[in-house]
Amino acid sequence: MAQIVLTNDLGRQFTGGETTLDMDVTDVRDLIRKLDQKFPGIAEVLQDGSMAVAIDGNLHQDAWLEDIGPTSEVYFLPAIRGG
Amino acid sequence: MGVDGNYKWVGKRTVRPDGTDKVTGRALFSADSSMPGMLIGKILRSPHAHAKIKSIDTSKAEKLAGVKSVVIGKDFPNLPNKTISIGILAANFSEMSDKLMARKKVLYDGHPVAAVAATTSAIADKALSLIKVEYQVLPHVIDVDEAMKPKAPLLHKKMITVGVDPAPTKASNVASRCEFGFGDLEAGFAAADVIIERTFKTKPAHQGYLEPHGAVVSVAEDGQVTIWCSSQGQFMVRSYCARLMQIDEAQIRVIPAEIGGGFGGKTVIYLEPVAMALSGRAGKPVKMTMTREEVMRATGPTSGTSIDVKLGATKDGKLTAGEAELRYQAGCYPGSPVGPGAMTAFAPYNLENVKTVGFDVVVNRPQAAAYRAPGAPMSEFAVESVIDEMAQKLGMDPIALRELNAAKEGTTAPYGPKFGPIGNEQCLEAAKNHPHYSAPLGPNQGRGVASGFWFNVGGESVASVNINTDGTAVVLSGNPDIGGSRASMAAMAAEVLGIDYDKVRPIVADTSSIGYNDLTGGSRTTFASGMAVCNAATDAVDQMRTRAAKVWDISPDAVEWSEGHARPAGPNAGDFEPMSLADIARTSAKMGGPITGRAAINAQGAAPGFGTHIVDVEVDPETGHVTVLRYTAVQDVGRAIHPSYVEGQIQGGVAQGVGWALNEEYVYGDDGCLQNTGFLDYRMPVASDLPMIDTVIIEVPNEAHPFGVRGVGEVPIIPPLGAVANAVSNAIGVRMTDLPLSPPKILAAIKNGS
Amino acid sequence: MSKHHVTSTVNGEPVEFLCEPQETLLDILRDQLDLTGSKEGCSSGDCGACSVTIDGRLVCACLVLGAEAEGRKIETIENMAEGDTLHPLQQKFLEEAALQCGFCTPGFLVAAKSLLDRNDNPTETEVRYWLAGNLCRCTGYDKIVKSVMDVAAEMRGE
Repeated sequence: MAQIVLTNDLGRQFTGGETTLDMDVTDVRDLIRKLDQKFPGIAEVLQDGSMAVAIDGNLHQDAWLEDIGPTSEVYFLPAIRGG
Repeated sequence: MGVDGNYKWVGKRTVRPDGTDKVTGRALFSADSSMPGMLIGKILRSPHAHAKIKSIDTSKAEKLAGVKSVVIGKDFPNLPNKTISIGILAANFSEMSDKLMARKKVLYDGHPVAAVAATTSAIADKALSLIKVEYQVLPHVIDVDEAMKPKAPLLHKKMITVGVDPAPTKASNVASRCEFGFGDLEAGFAAADVIIERTFKTKPAHQGYLEPHGAVVSVAEDGQVTIWCSSQGQFMVRSYCARLMQIDEAQIRVIPAEIGGGFGGKTVIYLEPVAMALSGRAGKPVKMTMTREEVMRATGPTSGTSIDVKLGATKDGKLTAGEAELRYQAGCYPGSPVGPGAMTAFAPYNLENVKTVGFDVVVNRPQAAAYRAPGAPMSEFAVESVIDEMAQKLGMDPIALRELNAAKEGTTAPYGPKFGPIGNEQCLEAAKNHPHYSAPLGPNQGRGVASGFWFNVGGESVASVNINTDGTAVVLSGNPDIGGSRASMAAMAAEVLGIDYDKVRPIVADTSSIGYNDLTGGSRTTFASGMAVCNAATDAVDQMRTRAAKVWDISPDAVEWSEGHARPAGPNAGDFEPMSLADIARTSAKMGGPITGRAAINAQGAAPGFGTHIVDVEVDPETGHVTVLRYTAVQDVGRAIHPSYVEGQIQGGVAQGVGWALNEEYVYGDDGCLQNTGFLDYRMPVASDLPMIDTVIIEVPNEAHPFGVRGVGEVPIIPPLGAVANAVSNAIGVRMTDLPLSPPKILAAIKNGS
Repeated sequence: MSKHHVTSTVNGEPVEFLCEPQETLLDILRDQLDLTGSKEGCSSGDCGACSVTIDGRLVCACLVLGAEAEGRKIETIENMAEGDTLHPLQQKFLEEAALQCGFCTPGFLVAAKSLLDRNDNPTETEVRYWLAGNLCRCTGYDKIVKSVMDVAAEMRGE
């Protein structure tokens, strides 16, 4: 199962503080859908463009179709803007 | 190809394709365009830092001969109060509209309250003087720590801090709180032999682009809008104008002018929607340009900050815990870069216990805009200062302490994920081995070292590669060329196509001539748009391989592309004379039509950049003046597509960082009005303030990019603040924590010893 | 208020223009003569982006009134190349990447040429102080200063 890590802010808002989860998912879109089933409302925040996701150390923004492997480490983090 | 290849054009110091226009005065920047019948637009700005607008009377201005239109806040659409993302940007259009033209209150000195368009500049000035605005002046607050106090004047009466549980019941100037980190801080500090706690302050710094904002806008009778302006993203201008003025994106064509510097400051708009409103009403094109005073009073600098850092280490130099609280000025509405500040603060280090908390605080200043590596220079300055002090307390060499604790591949970054391959250790090693680091110092001199980290970003990019029948190519991309990106695009396309660099002409296309591109920023252009150009060139190559295969009557898989020629892939493919790109292009009409390679991507896999800087300074004990004697900047860029422009970006970032550290600050009167609105008093470094800036380029390739690019532009502004402060502190024997390190502060520190 | 009639020589060509008393030479160059190579960065003589020469003397065009051009010879960036041959400074700036955004570049080139016209062997310090009236926010001045010194050496035949 992939290890999913949410930010402390997401934990506070949606999961009652839980930030590390093990989940069976295929890609980012699948992950968001399954997270939303568990924690209703979280999908809106995860896909309004304010959040990025790092899969095995690689940073992705707005990447529904990015694959998540069975042993991947997935971190949500705020989207990076830039100058 | 491949990230480790030997290249003909990538990595070479070619002459930039737009260069001749820029050394002859031919290049057209925003203020250089004109249209027949064009009017001049100007803005009336608030003289108060905080005030209610009781009334605005524009009747006299409207009657003045030569005045063709006048607009105030109520002439702009009211929009939903919600933050939405557009590409790599996020915006609240209700707030953005209020910043463009104040409605009920003015929130800073310089806030627009009305605008006019007239036949001449002089008439427009006269019209502004005839507009009567009645204000009720309110108490104001500028400093971030003052703004957080319970009795501070409130900018927004209903603002409840987001990110605090349970939500506060009382309004405050604190827009939001964010938190990052992991581990057990208490245990980490308990394991420390030495703990250092310090508070730091930095002043707002302006991006200082030489070209003031400017735009020429034409709204035709059928509603079609054409905008000539300089910005960091023509598509950003289009998206923002469409939403702010409530018209379709397809009705707006934004033609990018050359951009005279941005550094993040041109990722927002100030004039274009106002010019649209004026032009629409007048039925004529309108040109608006800011004066330098307007740029300083009313465009986004980056935040002033106040930062606490606590760092623990064992006596043999292992960092055990790091904690920081960051308080950033957002300006008049929420949106400081405190989030990235909190994420980057400890990023160069491998820490098991780390926590950063950030507060986004509104104050009576113009809205903070992005400035190179938004948020990072301040937080990393604070941490790098404490690292330097820790090295002193432990009796360790400051680079050795950094090496011992350096983040590397597999280290968990303070913001969550594990780092992939990164060049942090390589930068430290190169700095340590650089002759600069062991050169002797004289009296009153000090040396400072600091590291820096930035994420780099990807985002959406579109590119086309059009193969011409004479064997040349035109490359279309959609990012303004802010510092040599045309040269990089041309080099990458030439490399993939296998033709000469000067046979490739790169064009920055307007919003109606190419698909959507995120803006030039976040160090994304050479990475993301470069990836799109490579993919588009590869697409063109694939089409040409297919055509050669048809001519030879073999499978396209049996055709390879090298040095600009289609060739049989091996003896089994058959014995055919290689066909050059020009050979294939010449017959394109007969073989299915023009050859155009295309790519439209959301570039993923941006990889972080690290840098380490060394600086020597001399402090004049009589005057407190600091002379920068020597500077060396080491940075991992992944791959330097054009080394000269990579060096230039690093050198420019250093100069800006040195200015931030030593000279640049905003000076406010008791009335909350800005007092230094020009370059004479807002003192950016000039040529005589700086030495040569030595650069060392490290290349740890980013596997996600065809040539290994990470990005360059953000990292180099981060280390100078800490490096200069460390150098000055070491020169005078007093830890300096309050930037800028102006002579009076240094003299006081020498005198008081603290 | 009536306009002044001014006769002047700009880039070797005789020109006549009418100007308001408060209009600067920079306004005239950019708005009337379509010579937009001189840039307006500050209007207060602090940034040097509008550097031109008047009778051979380096000035900020934003600090000179249009009326003061009467009878004078003005040279701008647009006349620095000779025909299709770039001035050695222009060529060196291209080769050495001594520009990024390019906005300050015309001013730097005019100022640097003015230095080399007076001093064919400037020290680095002399170059830095001569160019201290020209602001650049992109380059950190490194490649600009090197280019000027390299051109000086080449023009001396070294």
